[in-house]
Amino acid sequence: MADNKTSLTKELTKGIIKENPTLVMLLGMCPTLAVTTQALNGIGMGLATTFVLLGSNIVISALRKIIPDKVRIPAFIVVIASFVTLIGFLLEGFVPSLYDSLGIYLTLITVNCIIFGRAEMFASKNGVIASACDAIGMGIGFTLALFLMGSVREIIGSGKWLGLTIPVLSDNPMLLFIMPAGGFFTLGVIIALVNKLSKKKPPQELGCSGCPNADACGKAGDCK
Amino acid sequence: MKTMLVILLSAMLTDNFVLSKFMGICPFLGVSKKLDSASGMGIAVTFVMICATLVTYPIHHGILVPNGLEYFDTVVFILVIALFVQLVENFLKKCVPSLYSSLGVYLPLITTNCAVLGVTVLNIDNNYSFGQSIVNALGGGLGFMLALVIFSGVRKKLEYADIPETFKGVPATLIAASIVSVSFMGFSGLFS
Repeated sequence: MADNKTSLTKELTKGIIKENPTLVMLLGMCPTLAVTTQALNGIGMGLATTFVLLGSNIVISALRKIIPDKVRIPAFIVVIASFVTLIGFLLEGFVPSLYDSLGIYLTLITVNCIIFGRAEMFASKNGVIASACDAIGMGIGFTLALFLMGSVREIIGSGKWLGLTIPVLSDNPMLLFIMPAGGFFTLGVIIALVNKLSKKKPPQELGCSGCPNADACGKAGDCK
Repeated sequence: MKTMLVILLSAMLTDNFVLSKFMGICPFLGVSKKLDSASGMGIAVTFVMICATLVTYPIHHGILVPNGLEYFDTVVFILVIALFVQLVENFLKKCVPSLYSSLGVYLPLITTNCAVLGVTVLNIDNNYSFGQSIVNALGGGLGFMLALVIFSGVRKKLEYADIPETFKGVPATLIAASIVSVSFMGFSGLFS
């Protein structure tokens, strides 16, 4: 039993730092870049994704013996899209300001590779409780990464942070950082920093192994 | 006619799907190492975007809205896109093998490309007419291809560059993308 407990803790914590979905496995780039103009949006997006990830991981792992292998991708898509619709309703009803600022990217959680990747790599092979732990861990890791990105961009780009005004920076904020170009730049620098800090050899390519299309992509000749 | 042109050019340049809306970053970074795969992916995405719009627009306005089921958009659209991509793949395989051999490998990758779902949802959100939706899809697809083709050229140069160890690979690619994105910022304000 003790073994079981440690492995659950491992599933829960691996997503936060060691296998951080965004900064280490390099999945889910689109929302990471798009909504992180403010730290608060980053947290909102992270939590919404965590909700969808938790729901889809639980449902998919519960149904893993029923879903035939051949139609698993459409089945996963339907489960994920249903949870996205649900979180859309919840946010529209209770946090309309966040709903407005996330806009279309809320719908696009459906095609976030993190959720797809976890469904394919973890939930379809493991039990419900382990999958739920995995989802929470990955969700927290994703939220932290988005919060970090959002904080850096908000502080440098607009001189504010979670409603506070940063004294010197707010006089002449570097607007570029809250523009699209700044998103690419900040993410590049943060990933380089993670590479520097982690002792392991960093991945040189995108985290294609988590992608359900990795096989087909390999045929296109570029991904590994 | 004038608004059509504005929609086309703004979807291509000012609101480029990859460089200013961050949709389809995975293929942008993954399939942009070589020029021919970049243009192949671009053509496939443009094609699927237009066809997905052709299918999802009538479904939304003909079936979902009259029955008050607009909230099913996400589920229905993504399923339609997945089904459609599969259909096109099978059709090309049987009927136009020459086209299949050049585009076939890119088709399965497109289901999970957020730009395709993005364009169909944006068409609905912006209340575009049927014609405007198709033009928007065409512009979005061409813009995607333009970004991929330009970036494949940048990456070719990047391969020979002397980059510090920690920046090698993805970080350098992202920073290069940032610079390409700055150049696209030059288009902003073109239509205001």
